[in-house]
Amino acid sequence: MKKDLLGISDLTADDIYRVLETAEAMREVGQRPIKKVPTLRGKTVVNLFYEPSTRTRTSFEIAEKRLSADTLNVAVSASSVLKGETLVDTAMNIEAMAPDMIVLRHSSSGACHLLSRICRSRIINAGDGMHEHPTQALLDAFTIREHKKEIAGLKIAIVGDLLHSRVLRSNALLLTKLGANLWVCGPPTLVPPGIECLGAHVTTSVDEAVRDADVIMMLRIQQERMQGAFFPSLREYFNVFGMTKERVKRAKPDVIIMHPGPMNRGVEIASDVADGPYSVILEQVANGVAVRMAVLYLLAGGVEDETAA
Amino acid sequence: MPVVLDADRMARSLARIAHEILERNSGPGSIAELALVGIRTRGVPLARRIAKSLLDISHHEVPTGALDITLYRDDLSSHAVGPQPLVRKTEIPFSIDGKLILLVDDVLYTGRTIRAALDALIDFGRPKAIQLVVLVDRGHRELPIKADYVGKNIPTASTQNVQVHLMEIDGRDEVEVLP
Amino acid sequence: MKRLLKGGRLVDPASGRDGIFDVLIDRDRIERVGRDLPVESDVTVVEMPSGVIVCPGLIDMHVHLREPGQEHKETVATGTAAAVAGGFTAVACMPNTNPVNDNAGVTEYMLKKAAEANLARVYPIGAVSRGQKGEQLADIAELKAAGCVAITDDGKPVATALLMRRALEYTSMFNMPVIEHCEDQTLKGDGVAHEGYQASSLGLRGIPSEAESIMALRDISLSSLTGGAVHIAHMSARQTLDAVRFGKARGARVTCEVTPHHFVLTDEMLGSPMAYDTNTKMNPPLREAADRDAMLQGLADGSIDVIATDHAPHAADEKQVEFDQAPFGITGLETAVSLCFDRLVHRGVVTLPRLVELLSVNPARILNIPGGSLSEGAPADITLLAPDLAVTVDVALMKSKSKNTPFNGWPLRGGVAATIVGGRLVYANADATLDWVNW
Repeated sequence: MKKDLLGISDLTADDIYRVLETAEAMREVGQRPIKKVPTLRGKTVVNLFYEPSTRTRTSFEIAEKRLSADTLNVAVSASSVLKGETLVDTAMNIEAMAPDMIVLRHSSSGACHLLSRICRSRIINAGDGMHEHPTQALLDAFTIREHKKEIAGLKIAIVGDLLHSRVLRSNALLLTKLGANLWVCGPPTLVPPGIECLGAHVTTSVDEAVRDADVIMMLRIQQERMQGAFFPSLREYFNVFGMTKERVKRAKPDVIIMHPGPMNRGVEIASDVADGPYSVILEQVANGVAVRMAVLYLLAGGVEDETAA
Repeated sequence: MPVVLDADRMARSLARIAHEILERNSGPGSIAELALVGIRTRGVPLARRIAKSLLDISHHEVPTGALDITLYRDDLSSHAVGPQPLVRKTEIPFSIDGKLILLVDDVLYTGRTIRAALDALIDFGRPKAIQLVVLVDRGHRELPIKADYVGKNIPTASTQNVQVHLMEIDGRDEVEVLP
Repeated sequence: MKRLLKGGRLVDPASGRDGIFDVLIDRDRIERVGRDLPVESDVTVVEMPSGVIVCPGLIDMHVHLREPGQEHKETVATGTAAAVAGGFTAVACMPNTNPVNDNAGVTEYMLKKAAEANLARVYPIGAVSRGQKGEQLADIAELKAAGCVAITDDGKPVATALLMRRALEYTSMFNMPVIEHCEDQTLKGDGVAHEGYQASSLGLRGIPSEAESIMALRDISLSSLTGGAVHIAHMSARQTLDAVRFGKARGARVTCEVTPHHFVLTDEMLGSPMAYDTNTKMNPPLREAADRDAMLQGLADGSIDVIATDHAPHAADEKQVEFDQAPFGITGLETAVSLCFDRLVHRGVVTLPRLVELLSVNPARILNIPGGSLSEGAPADITLLAPDLAVTVDVALMKSKSKNTPFNGWPLRGGVAATIVGGRLVYANADATLDWVNW
């Protein structure tokens, strides 16, 4: 693996399997009475979050603490941005205190690439704009393998706001790399141009997407990212694209339902599906800690003065 | 000649170790307190073989677990260029509180692996005592660690390389010392 | 003070000359052009080394000099120094300064600064609308009288069809073109890259090609309606080129320009070699290979009239930000000639005479300014080119204040040997073997 984790696009299938295998071992740590190992003792990890996030940030924080790292949470509020400090300046100020890793979540695609060029610290992408969210895709893959053993050959349907979703891009890259039969579905206004080049089947019919599916992954409607006329109303969206019990019946009987969270109940997913027997949504959250521990561990090694990739 | 322990001698050493364990822990109720924990990777099949010997001799099944000490190593970040060592699962399916843990490894060298294993075990609970079982002691300790049961003492130069091959992993039982 | 440029290959399509000719300069004018001119006593002879091309001074009709108001990016002085280093004897500069060039005061200020720098000639382009706000026409007659040669709201399109119509009608009185930045702003939205696979996979909001071509069609239609002249700036999409061909075929007074980066690069550069390199962010954006190839075709077949750089300097810290926050634009004055040689002439896409038309003859004609030919009596604005000079683009050596170019480090074949404005040698390339001691 390289110095940083910026996206699934930089990982080979071998790299991905390595993370997943390591995550298995890491999960066991979370089952012990003392949920701590000394692996990253003395290392400083900065969680630099430009977008609000409870789930991802706490997941990273727990992962860092279980590895005995020193954690620093920097929640960049709107006021710091208004004061005009650029991302580069903020990062250089943090770098001056020599952290070992920076976990960055930012609303601009490519923000972590910018940091990786100027920072010596290892950069972990916790979500950059509409681009990628690699640890989410990794924990999704981990969850799928828990239930289905292998990803190759599975029919996996991803439904929702494809255009604005970084979870989609990371998952599409990862699942096609591991040989899944990937179907993506959303309103035509929310399909990114060229997505079929990633190896996915594209459809605007939810029924076609979920027919005989092994895995159904729902994406949130990104209300905060949308400016302008993508579909008429949330009600119409739910009627045409929402995951309901009836739609789930078209999938395989042992289908699993996933969602990166947080959910808009009654918009992309009905409550009885979210809380139903096929849902593995809470498992995803639990697995997130193990997967992030694996990523932190795997990035922590290497020579001090390695030149950046 | 590089082979210092062949299959036959290895089997006899392990059998002798099993008897020594029972001798030293012969008080009433002592055998019930025993548990074996093999250090990955090759300590694990050795621990299982010892468990089988103990079962054959005393008709008592000693619980056996596997410990991965990668996350406790003291040399992780100063590794040479290259990926982090692979971490495997630790599987200790019993409580270690109050147990006499027999920690099993294939080669005792600097003692750092054992130190890491002790740290790990303490995080799992509070054993009554820990004793160390090794197939080979090659000398050159860097920490004050001593084995309680040794298959064979093999003095080596630090430039030499001791390679243990076990049937379960390598398809044969053999210990070689290579330059 | 007379100088004779002796024995160079003169490429002057406007006067039908392409061959070994001598050029006699008297102070600031061309006195005579001919073969083996007699050398009188008061004439300094400058021997042209073999291979050097002598052509009418190159004119870049789309340059942002940033002065007044944004002098941290560029000034008229540094911009004209960059121009002559790039082989340009004249530039037409855009009005989106601060304050906007919508009145004589700003125009005169620009001309004053140009005179002080005394390097390349500067022809200001005035704004179409007051403050470039797209509401009321600016005082166009005043702008023309002060020295403007065209009008534009570049940076933005002319806001409404009605305003564009009026602008075309009104300027036809002054025989000035309206230069248009073609972009439907509702389709562009907050897009930052060409809408296509690259933008999708990088998670960048897209700008469809149709945002440009729709506006081009609007403006060409209005040009036909009014008889006014429209010049399509920085064309990037093949659909826009199709629109231009359509308009020309119907006799519309439309001309168009393309930048070197749009006939060299594609949107693949956004992902590699350096992902999210803000030096690949400009408006209109880099588009697909099919668009780049269409531009090459248009240059070859004559559909495209002009090559202009859209030189858009930005300070380093302005560009070292997240991709969607970075300002649009790259520099172009000091890379244009080498890119034209390397990618057009040497690859057989255009001949040398055609290149001179694209970089000199046509800009002069469209803007109705002197230049474009080295005929007797013309100003002595001459560019000497070295078509086989090995050049490695190096921002450290550039005269422009800003270094925002994606071409840094590129090895190219072809460059500028020297630039002469009004008979004065304003730039000489140390690498080109010319003896300037006698100048």
